[in-house]
Amino acid sequence: MSSPESGSYDATEAAPHGKPRATEWPLWEVFIRGQHGLSHRHVGSLHAADAESAIKNARDVYTRRNEGVSIWVVEAAAIAASSPEEKGPLYEPSNDKVYRHPTFFNIPDDVGAM
Amino acid sequence: MYAQMIKSTGKGVKSLDEMEPEERAFQERINAGGKIEPKDWMPDGYRKTLIRQIGQHAHSEIVGQLPEGNWITRAPTLERKAILLAKVQDEAGHGLYLYCAAETLGVSRDQLTRDLLSGKMKYSSIFNYPTLTWADMGAVGWLVDGAAIMNQVPLQRTSYGPYARAMVRICKEESFHQRQGFDIMMKMANGTEAQRKMAQDALNRFWYPSLMMFGPSDKDSVHSAQSMAWKIKMNTNDELRQKFVDQTAPQAAYLGLTIPDEHLEWNEERGHYDFSEPDWDEFFDVLQGNGPCSVDRMEARNKAWDEGRWVREGLLAHAEKKRARKMAAE
Amino acid sequence: MTDPLFEFLCRMGDNTLVLGHRVSEWCGVAPVLEEDIALANTALDLIGQTTLWLNLAGEVEGKSRDADALAFRRDVWEFRNVLLVEQPNGDFGQTMMRQFLFDLWHKGMLTALQDSSHDQIAAIAEKSLKEVTYHLERTTDTVIGLGDGTDESHARMQKALDRLYPFVGEMFVADDVDGAMVAHGIAPDPAHLRPEFDATLDEVLSNATLVKPDSEFAHKGGKSGQRHSEHLGHMLSQMQWLQRAYPDATW
Repeated sequence: MSSPESGSYDATEAAPHGKPRATEWPLWEVFIRGQHGLSHRHVGSLHAADAESAIKNARDVYTRRNEGVSIWVVEAAAIAASSPEEKGPLYEPSNDKVYRHPTFFNIPDDVGAM
Repeated sequence: MYAQMIKSTGKGVKSLDEMEPEERAFQERINAGGKIEPKDWMPDGYRKTLIRQIGQHAHSEIVGQLPEGNWITRAPTLERKAILLAKVQDEAGHGLYLYCAAETLGVSRDQLTRDLLSGKMKYSSIFNYPTLTWADMGAVGWLVDGAAIMNQVPLQRTSYGPYARAMVRICKEESFHQRQGFDIMMKMANGTEAQRKMAQDALNRFWYPSLMMFGPSDKDSVHSAQSMAWKIKMNTNDELRQKFVDQTAPQAAYLGLTIPDEHLEWNEERGHYDFSEPDWDEFFDVLQGNGPCSVDRMEARNKAWDEGRWVREGLLAHAEKKRARKMAAE
Repeated sequence: MTDPLFEFLCRMGDNTLVLGHRVSEWCGVAPVLEEDIALANTALDLIGQTTLWLNLAGEVEGKSRDADALAFRRDVWEFRNVLLVEQPNGDFGQTMMRQFLFDLWHKGMLTALQDSSHDQIAAIAEKSLKEVTYHLERTTDTVIGLGDGTDESHARMQKALDRLYPFVGEMFVADDVDGAMVAHGIAPDPAHLRPEFDATLDEVLSNATLVKPDSEFAHKGGKSGQRHSEHLGHMLSQMQWLQRAYPDATW
């Protein structure tokens, strides 16, 4: 499962939770039900400007045009998730993120030298 | 490899006793073959190293579209054109899966892209070499994808769940890439005199750059030791390089082509081929941006990004207008 | 006059060949990854359709030329694609507008060809129509999205429409080849496809806030092969180079 928002990478990138940045298309999670009657299964994520184009992009990216499949897309920001390692209540009432960071992330300067 | 010389963050591998309880639980889980998922606690170094590694891998897929894309419009038959196009399209897909995996670590695809375009992040050295003849499409599939697969297959077992899952999907789709490359080489090697020459020339130019893909020897590297403890690097560079040479040498013989290394020889005692090291000065030059096509590749990516901006903004603006109209109507 | 059926099949196959080639030029440099992948799918569909049409053309011709021989060993004057598809990619907007205008005609044509008296043509049309219906859905959304998007995207799409509209008319002009196809129940009169094309075009352009040019002037000469644009020759010199440079090689 991918993140509901792209975490802050540096200060200029910050945006309120759930709001896409000015020029970046929102992230969508893609679920596909194949021909054999199994339930929809999470297959991956992608970016799209809206739900309609997310479905079309999913068709192009994840099915390479197979006919007869059913596609669900859901904006990643709308997904609530349990946190697997938590003891205690399964769902935190305020938990609105699929992932949670121990710290805010900063890209170190020596990245250029990798 | 697609992710070369990734420095892990940290000062050597800690023993379990030296770790705080959280980190110890994390490491024990990895040792037991468990997966780390986006919401789990993880050391900051693990996250940062993974972002660099997955990001570089993703960038390599995207930049890697260019040398092969260079021949799509010149492919010699409709079938070859379709196969090559499908293959380069797969690379775009692989880049997409990997960026999504990196996004679970709290970085945006746009930011990773900007870091690639500014030169802050790197991509594999191999894609800075030119593709000059149709035989290069064969050599890239056979050697470059062959080398990539050596690394990617074990990464399906990497400790980070989203990365491992992306690699499973990638490996599944990748299976035809190396084969299509070898198929082109066979056709060329068994073709006309000119085609044989092209095939040998392609092997001559791509052999050492392919060996460089695995990176310099890292058997004494602290960074590699940490990455291996975290199971985000599964083998040493030398192990993979040896495996690649052992696999490829008989294939070249099968094609009737000569690997450009006079020291290449089967060593009965070791049970491996002996071979010459590539020119590591050249490797570091390429990493510094002095590869034969480094400037061209970056120009092409920057141009695509800059010229695509109005499209990304336009479709987003339309989506917002549509949403606003819908809300106004309700 | 050459066999009208051969001519007709070359028209269908050359349209998809030339457009598929043009679209494939985007591989690796599209505005966003998802579009890169989608464009490659479109190009792959068109290349696949080319193989079907041109193999059938070669069969009909009976001179043992297959799709590759027709695609890679004919010169400009032997190509029968409409001028629209050989127009250069331009920016992404021009590529999308060209694709949309072609898709809209293509869908109407293939729909009619499903009822062709020629079984193989009907079968190719049926298979292609599934693909092209999706192409049209996608390009319709994109043309509307970019037309209605920002000031810049709107201006670029209007410019693309103005640039390409003079190439629309050729797709609907009937000639002797079309007459022969109609007489044998093989293919529709292209002129009959125009009203539905116009109705959908007007609706999409209205949603896209774009204005159709006043002039109905139409460039011609592509589908008859009498006068292509200069662009086609450059495309062929790239596409056919290996086959021409090494005529005795197989690939």
